[in-house]
Amino acid sequence: MLAKEIIKYISRYLGEELRKINNEDATAKEKIHRIVKTYFTMALEQPEMIEYFLRIYLSNREVFKNGCEGMICVSDFVTEIMIFFEEGVKSGELRDQDFFSAFGLFMGYLGGMVFLHGEEVLTESLDTYIEDVSYNIYQALRAYEN
Amino acid sequence: MKTKLFWLQGLTCNGNAHSLLNYAGFEQFLEDFEFIYHPMIDSEHTLSSLVQNRKPCDILLIEGSIAEDFQRAGVGIVDIIALYAPEVKKIVTVGTCATFGGIFKDSPYHDSSGLLFLEEEPVTRFAHLKDKVLSVSGCPIHPEVLANTLYSVREEITVKMDSFHRPKAFFAYTVHNGCTRNEYFEYKVDKHTFGEREGCMFYDHGCQATYTHGSCNNILWNDVSSKTRVGQPCMGCTEPHFPKRDLYNTKKNMGIPQDLPLGVPKRVYLTLTGVTKAFKIERFSQKIFDA
Repeated sequence: MLAKEIIKYISRYLGEELRKINNEDATAKEKIHRIVKTYFTMALEQPEMIEYFLRIYLSNREVFKNGCEGMICVSDFVTEIMIFFEEGVKSGELRDQDFFSAFGLFMGYLGGMVFLHGEEVLTESLDTYIEDVSYNIYQALRAYEN
Repeated sequence: MKTKLFWLQGLTCNGNAHSLLNYAGFEQFLEDFEFIYHPMIDSEHTLSSLVQNRKPCDILLIEGSIAEDFQRAGVGIVDIIALYAPEVKKIVTVGTCATFGGIFKDSPYHDSSGLLFLEEEPVTRFAHLKDKVLSVSGCPIHPEVLANTLYSVREEITVKMDSFHRPKAFFAYTVHNGCTRNEYFEYKVDKHTFGEREGCMFYDHGCQATYTHGSCNNILWNDVSSKTRVGQPCMGCTEPHFPKRDLYNTKKNMGIPQDLPLGVPKRVYLTLTGVTKAFKIERFSQKIFDA
């Protein structure tokens, strides 16, 4: 029960941050940069949040079996990511593709970087990677003609 | 006393004229109404005589889109409408072409549109007639919807209308209302094969029922069926932008349908579908009717 409430709290917090970004009058490229910055900043300033997400929620799915099926407990966060993708495709800036292909690329990449940071593998501070990571994600998601 | 009807055709495929012939109560209808002209039914007058001299008439029915340079019996359709408009109690646009322009708005005729609208945009040409106009959109019209609308005029019943002059009694709800596939919609199960009874066609197969105004699943066609009941997606034929392209595919952006159920905000839709997609309902993965 507590584990479920914690992940819902974290999802809601992240969802609210992403919602602010989604509501901005900005390009998908700019939004990607802001999402990466928000995620990495959160990992640096409130590491317990992202750590819980990566090390508890994703690694112990059996604990969240009842009442947290699928993406129910992280729907606030996932909904905002979906809206970001959908609007990016609609505007012609991002390439249309399967949602999970894009989602995995974006969030898997961010999660991987934060994990490496948590394991103290990264040679630089996490925030020094914001520019390159944002650039890489945009290049991977952009429409061919952009 | 019979109510006199004049069925005037603009740019049309005759689909609505045919559709009315399928009205189950058509025999009784002809006891109550009389066509002073109909393109397929013997009537008192020829079209030529009607367009030269105005004859007594209660309701002018217009089928097909209207263009300035389109003529019937050698007279411009806009002039025929102008001739009869002052005489009649009501003007009824029959079908989506007469209401919004429909497929014929793309015809080579200049200025082709519906009587009051070109898609959603008001057309000024006959704006002064708007208080007389009732619109029964559809491609084709549902015969019962047209017949009941005409009976409302005959009986002088006040008809509540939407912003496109369509009777709310038939157009206030969406075609989704009464659809037998609603359970599949609720649990986000497509798994649809055309012609089968299982699965929702909204997610992949282009069904527009959740944002199309109409009564197709409440007042069944020929009293027995509807497009969605026989495994065809709703094509949104009553709406201003009909016909869209690629009617058998749901346009999606990164997996999210571009057109969402009427009035449902995107965040609400995504949250709800995210929840329902987390569950697998065994019943909906099996054949139900032909099991």
